[in-house]
Amino acid sequence: MTKTVTDVICPFCGTLCDDLEVVVSDDGKELFEVYNACAIGAEKFLHSQAKDRITRPRMRQEDGSWKEISYDEAIEYTARMLADAKKPLMYGWSSTNCEAQAVGSEIGEAVGAVMDNTATVCHGTSLIAVQDIGIPSCTLGEVKNRADRILFWGCNPAHAHPRHMSRYSIFPRGFFTGKGHAGRKMIVVDPRPTDTASLADIHLQIEQGHDYELLDALRVAFKGEQLPDFVGGIPKAKIYEVAETLKSGRFAIIFFGMGVTQSIGKNHNIDAAIAVTRDLNEYTKAAIMPMRGHYNVTGSGQVWGWLFGFPYAVDLSRGFARYNPGETTSNDLLRRDEVDAVFVLGSDPGAHFPFSSVKKIYNLPSVAIDPHETPTTEVCKVHVPVAFVGVEVGGCAYRMDNVPIETRKVVEAPEGMMTDEEFLSRVLARVKEIKGV
Amino acid sequence: MAEYLIKNGFVFDPVLGIKGDAADIAIKDGKIVETSAVKNPKVIDAAGKTVMAGGVDVHAHVAGPKVNIGRNFRPEDKLFGYKPKNGIERMQGGFSVPTTIRTGYDYARMGYTTVMEAAMPPLYARHTHEEMRDTPILDQGAYPVFGNNWFVLEYLKNHEIENTAAYIAWLLRATKGYAVKVVNPGGTEAWAWGLNCENIHDPVPYFDITPAQIVKGLIEANEYLGLPHSMHIHANNLGTPGNYQTTLDTFKLSEGIKPNSKFGRDQVMHHTHVQFHSYGGEGFNFESKAPEIMDYVNTHDNITIDLGCVTLDETTTMTADGPFEHHLTELNHLKWANADVELETAAGVVPFVYSANNKANAVQWCIGLELALLAKDFTRVFLTTDHPNAGPFIRYPRIMKWLMSEEARKQQFDAFKHKDKVIDATNLAGIDRELDLYEIAQMTRAGPAKSLGLAHMYGGLAPGLEADVAVFDFNPNEPYAPDDIEKAFSNAEHLFKAGVQVVRDHNIASNGNKRTLWVNAKVNENPQVMRDVKEKFLRYYTVTLNNYEVTGHYLPNPYVIEVDATQ
Amino acid sequence: MAIRVNLITGRTIQQGVSMEAGKEKPAYTAACGIIELDPADFKKLGAFRSTNVRVTSNHGSVVVKAIEATQGPHPGVAYIPMGPWANMVVNPNTYSTGMPTFKGTPVEVEVAKTESVLGSLELVRKGCRGELA
Repeated sequence: MTKTVTDVICPFCGTLCDDLEVVVSDDGKELFEVYNACAIGAEKFLHSQAKDRITRPRMRQEDGSWKEISYDEAIEYTARMLADAKKPLMYGWSSTNCEAQAVGSEIGEAVGAVMDNTATVCHGTSLIAVQDIGIPSCTLGEVKNRADRILFWGCNPAHAHPRHMSRYSIFPRGFFTGKGHAGRKMIVVDPRPTDTASLADIHLQIEQGHDYELLDALRVAFKGEQLPDFVGGIPKAKIYEVAETLKSGRFAIIFFGMGVTQSIGKNHNIDAAIAVTRDLNEYTKAAIMPMRGHYNVTGSGQVWGWLFGFPYAVDLSRGFARYNPGETTSNDLLRRDEVDAVFVLGSDPGAHFPFSSVKKIYNLPSVAIDPHETPTTEVCKVHVPVAFVGVEVGGCAYRMDNVPIETRKVVEAPEGMMTDEEFLSRVLARVKEIKGV
Repeated sequence: MAEYLIKNGFVFDPVLGIKGDAADIAIKDGKIVETSAVKNPKVIDAAGKTVMAGGVDVHAHVAGPKVNIGRNFRPEDKLFGYKPKNGIERMQGGFSVPTTIRTGYDYARMGYTTVMEAAMPPLYARHTHEEMRDTPILDQGAYPVFGNNWFVLEYLKNHEIENTAAYIAWLLRATKGYAVKVVNPGGTEAWAWGLNCENIHDPVPYFDITPAQIVKGLIEANEYLGLPHSMHIHANNLGTPGNYQTTLDTFKLSEGIKPNSKFGRDQVMHHTHVQFHSYGGEGFNFESKAPEIMDYVNTHDNITIDLGCVTLDETTTMTADGPFEHHLTELNHLKWANADVELETAAGVVPFVYSANNKANAVQWCIGLELALLAKDFTRVFLTTDHPNAGPFIRYPRIMKWLMSEEARKQQFDAFKHKDKVIDATNLAGIDRELDLYEIAQMTRAGPAKSLGLAHMYGGLAPGLEADVAVFDFNPNEPYAPDDIEKAFSNAEHLFKAGVQVVRDHNIASNGNKRTLWVNAKVNENPQVMRDVKEKFLRYYTVTLNNYEVTGHYLPNPYVIEVDATQ
Repeated sequence: MAIRVNLITGRTIQQGVSMEAGKEKPAYTAACGIIELDPADFKKLGAFRSTNVRVTSNHGSVVVKAIEATQGPHPGVAYIPMGPWANMVVNPNTYSTGMPTFKGTPVEVEVAKTESVLGSLELVRKGCRGELA
């Protein structure tokens, strides 16, 4: 027989849908079906059931093969590696819960690590911009209940946040938005006519890398000032039209993604986007929100915020916290050979860092904590498989609008597997022993 | 647990009525006991020193989403002052928005043991609790905000007090909250459209209700439930010249309502950071209306207030008063964060530099102190800075100095660039009153504890109370310079929290055993409210009802205060 | 004959699904070991759809399969889904922002019929050991 678990939280992206239903066996050991999730979320739950899943830690041998080791051995290796290193990088922290992040932070403090999360290759530049100019934002429910002007800039929710438009931004009927999609004007700025753009009232097919100019042009257009004939490949009449559309709304929201954070200009692009939002508040109500990727990258920024005062790229190696993106960020540290060990949890830099950085990890003592086999586990010396957070263990996660939601355990992890938090707690205890604290 | 005897200190305790006489205080099993009840205590020689109960802060923004926005978007707030880890002390950063670790330690260093987080957006309750969990030593609670909540607006539009009360009870339980907080009633909902409510009769867009109806209704619902604390309000029109009239109008909404609480408080309204609400004049001719405000407060027993003193620092303002923060960023052109919360509230955060060279800031400084110096009953007027809005909480000892020393105030006046204009716009220069430590103990210990309905636990040194005891290296009977006050009260020599010595010889000695206080109010079953809750979650919230309630490990050490309103 | 295009990377739903199903699996290679080219650029390249190509930038080189743009047209712009293949060629420079320049890398694309697209683990492993062509 089976039972259905309701109100399940999806641990894939920052949309953090919390209405999934999961069918599991009566004894809670097997997971059969996932309802309401997008294709990616469903796959995440189902993959936990893979028969070929790795369930014990393993260590890379000289000949390149793997040897299974015990959790105790893995804990010892990890604690030694971190305690012996002068400046270890502890990276990832985005696909795990806040409880594990808090324990990891204490380890980082004890060993003098650099703590960095996936924002470093995602919305790190947004965080820098927020430090420059602030951020007028709101929860996704405000968008659902009030927003009638929706602008997606350099993001493609149809692919990256598949249920965003149906749950929050375009299609739902909210308190003041009873007409749903019909009552909203949707604008997309993207160098490609994406599947998201195909739904838009207006698509600005910007020349790649010209976001800053176009954002500034919008600010000019708000004031009714003169524009050149084309900006970023967009004719000026179109820019005036978009400016007017935004100003005439009751509540405008800008969602932005990697198209602006990773293109040249980087944090300056986001500065300009936030300035556009500030300007709009002179005419109507407006908000802006980064489309955060990993389901709990936001949470790691929050945990480090209250513990250290910085959302990412936190260098604890001097005994107090320093923060200087460009210096204390993972890729810069790796490129400059400034770290002497790498610990990865809740992310896959092997797949998602430029290859030159991956190669540096390969040449260092390294441990990867990940339920999956990944390019990161492929280049690390020790791979510690753990239970899936949000599937096999609960814990707190923060949605892209910073709303904290408690994820649920729906199925048992394979016999004898540790969770992130358990593994980290053991490493912390061992580090304290080694350091004699 | 160890027993302690704190011997021969000069004790200032309004609960026992001791005004600086030498006395012994005994601690056993986490409580204050008669000195005869300890057998083999560790003795603390407090001769020549000041002994008080642990401080109680009724209003500070120390944990939760907007505080963390302040931390994360102000790396510059961490420059210069970062404290490395050291022994059991973890690393501590931040000045106006310190990390949670520093928050706990810095309060302890000032001899404070209980701190209430003044505004918790219900949807973000988990976040607030996570931060409080990671704040060492202090007992804490958090006030969920109600003044712009759609349930409240809809019920009170028709004056449905029982339904409002049932909803409050439900939300306190769901968020593990402590009291009913109101911020810019109606105005924050209006802000969701970029608007505001500028006086208590200014209707809320769409909801067809006025701030006056919201405030009066919430007072009545609060008394219907008999909660430990009263309705706790930040009124409309904060920070605007001429706003004292709105403040008086708001005060008057409490008239004729009697407290109904078995927790021993006498007020039905606590008005917070009144400094920001005591302005006369208009535009640049703004002036102090502290006398008018205090005339009212002094003659009405059913309200308490806290000061919200400006400390003339660079700080980080943060409030659920969304329209005010937008106003502020237009004024100072510094970075602005805003966070509107569906169906519930909003928040704004803007850095702010209070400067002695700025006339308006100097006038604000005067007003905060005037409120205290014109007070008649210090068990109803509490020392705060609305941390971090008017200044960081670590300045409390500096405010004590200004309140206790006319000379210190004169020194500050002399440092103002526009001294004469400031004197013209205020009354402070003509006040020679100097408070004593007994009055300070009323403002920082006994008064706030009573107002919170926690006089049975905190605020005094009577046997049976929690053993929260501070010893300061300060001899009130010897001559001292004003700065000695600030120095001594910034740096407690010893502090006990629930019988555990958390500060020893000016150093953090323990991370304590912090508790989170929340109020569990039982009401009669109310099917209508439960139906309304279900419907709002189904149609308008973006989290499901089953994922809303805060439970379990977010409060590892809860202290539940039970209230029975089932009649 | 090689063509020059502006390379961007990013998520696709196939990338997401196959990633969660296991990056060691062939489906991940099928989803991410590709380059999406505009029909006009295919014409310039003179290649059929589904031809293996070598993509080369100042920062590296990788073999992927060329397919027609799924979200086009975007002449002059090429798209490799985020993953180890794209990361062989993107500009790793952060210009002191912490963020590598994942979008907007000038690349050269040439037909490489005889070369094969490696799986993600093999690609990274060989790359680290210096065993890539």
